[in-house]
Amino acid sequence: MADPIAALTNAQAARAEAAPRVQAPTAAGMDVEQLSAFYGRFQALAEITLPIHPGAVTAVIGPSGCGKSTFIRCLNRLHELTPGARVTGSVRLEGVDIYQPGVDPARVRQLVGMVFQKPNPFPTLSIYDNVLAGVRLHRSRLSRAEADEIVERSLRAAALWDEVKDKLKAPGSSLSGGQQQRLCIARALAVEPLVLLMDEPTSALDPIATYRIEELIWELKQRYTIVIVTHNMQQAARIADYVAFLLAGEERTGRLIEFDTAQRIFTNPKRKETEDYITGKIG
Amino acid sequence: MTAHEVLPIDREFTPRLALRKRLGTLFGILSALAIIIGLTTLGLLIADVVRDGWHVLSWDFLTSYPSRRPEQAGIRSALVGTFYILILVAIIAFPLGVAAAIYLEEFAPRNRLTAIIEVNISNLAAVPSIVYGLLGVGVFVRTFMLGRSLIAGALTLSLLVLPIIIIASREALRAVPPSIREAGLALGASHWQTVRHFVLPAALPGILTGTILALARAIGETAPLITIGALTYVAFTPKSLFDPFTVLPIQIFNWISRPQAAFHERAAGGIIVLLAVLLLFNGLAIFLRARLQRRIRF
Repeated sequence: MADPIAALTNAQAARAEAAPRVQAPTAAGMDVEQLSAFYGRFQALAEITLPIHPGAVTAVIGPSGCGKSTFIRCLNRLHELTPGARVTGSVRLEGVDIYQPGVDPARVRQLVGMVFQKPNPFPTLSIYDNVLAGVRLHRSRLSRAEADEIVERSLRAAALWDEVKDKLKAPGSSLSGGQQQRLCIARALAVEPLVLLMDEPTSALDPIATYRIEELIWELKQRYTIVIVTHNMQQAARIADYVAFLLAGEERTGRLIEFDTAQRIFTNPKRKETEDYITGKIG
Repeated sequence: MTAHEVLPIDREFTPRLALRKRLGTLFGILSALAIIIGLTTLGLLIADVVRDGWHVLSWDFLTSYPSRRPEQAGIRSALVGTFYILILVAIIAFPLGVAAAIYLEEFAPRNRLTAIIEVNISNLAAVPSIVYGLLGVGVFVRTFMLGRSLIAGALTLSLLVLPIIIIASREALRAVPPSIREAGLALGASHWQTVRHFVLPAALPGILTGTILALARAIGETAPLITIGALTYVAFTPKSLFDPFTVLPIQIFNWISRPQAAFHERAAGGIIVLLAVLLLFNGLAIFLRARLQRRIRF
């Protein structure tokens, strides 16, 4: 029997060739400036400034409690839904500050999709309806043909189509963990976001499922801007183009220690803290 | 470090383990006894009622109005009244209760006022039903001048079961993991859309089960309806919401308080019918829960 990982890769590559290329939405960049986040009086993030380059994967790394998840949740205005939570500073999407008055947070979340740590397909919906859940919120009239087209396109983009095309009516929760996570990715892609946020998307998955998600991220970055939180340095090294390293001090407020290309962060970091973290001395 | 320091040998261990196992068995027997006592008592009660009332059960018994002559007396008006009350309470209490639960669980700010409301709802669920009867007399029968009508009875019983529906619905909503709400919001759903499309469907089995059990409670209640003056002798079925009515428990109560043994048999027959209705309801609740929950796994 050949190496299972290699076999997986070949099958995946064959499928990718067979699948029609999805219409590419233009990937959008974001600019984070002086972003601070609070939970009541507790400051979780202090003055984060960094660019999120279009069509690239930006990994946010750092030890537990450094504010990685809080940071990514500020990028689609999910942070503010926690009671007592607030944000200062600005996050610009294609030049427009998503926090300025008059911006509808629901619209921001359509443009900046998100995949969570634990796969969370809607338990009452089939695979088919899970993919369409977001689309149906915004479009009340959806013809059968359009719906079928969106479902197939999104599931193909999430590399799940071949595994589920014969059981689209089965409940989303009947899939394996890795498949559920790809279903959640398909669901996020179906609303055609410009940016895709991923909050430790593989930490609940086994190595092979993790590998498939990483491979998928590689494909997706051709069309989407991706920001991924990970506590796994190898993962960041494998998939990221840019890396932001966050670290919290005594007061538990996360700060940006270093932002650079993945190449430089992993081979020649400027700051000692970064080097200590990636070599395993802290965290 | 020697092996005996890592894993010391306790000479008392084996005898004590045997004692612990014996205590475990003893506790198991006591628990089984508790079940047997409970079920036997219930079984004897039911057997007694069935023995007394089985022979009065007939189509005529179900379709005849009550009568002074026991051999002709039936439960038609009571059965129809119970059915109407059931429908009305469902129409009044279900939307109100679920809406209140949704507000408290999904929208209300967490402050002192909502904390006070929550404590009071829990307390209301424990208030004796006669108190709701007195409230019904004061508010619905007198102030709103609804009289001893079907609607007054239904409103009173709705108040009685509202806290139960609210509490059951809140628990069902709380059992929906926050990750489902986040998934909805992250897709660009508004707060209400998230609740309506993703949270509520997931909570529905629990909400329905709680509501059906609350309705079963409502149709078994006697005290509040006697308090508001539901009639014990009604030889007609209500034609409108404002007509007088009676229900099964009241009919049973009425027959039991008569001196003649023949009426006691009629009462036993009525109890069998009431139990059958209640059993049907509980069965429906179990069926619905199993049916809907099979699809829902978080």
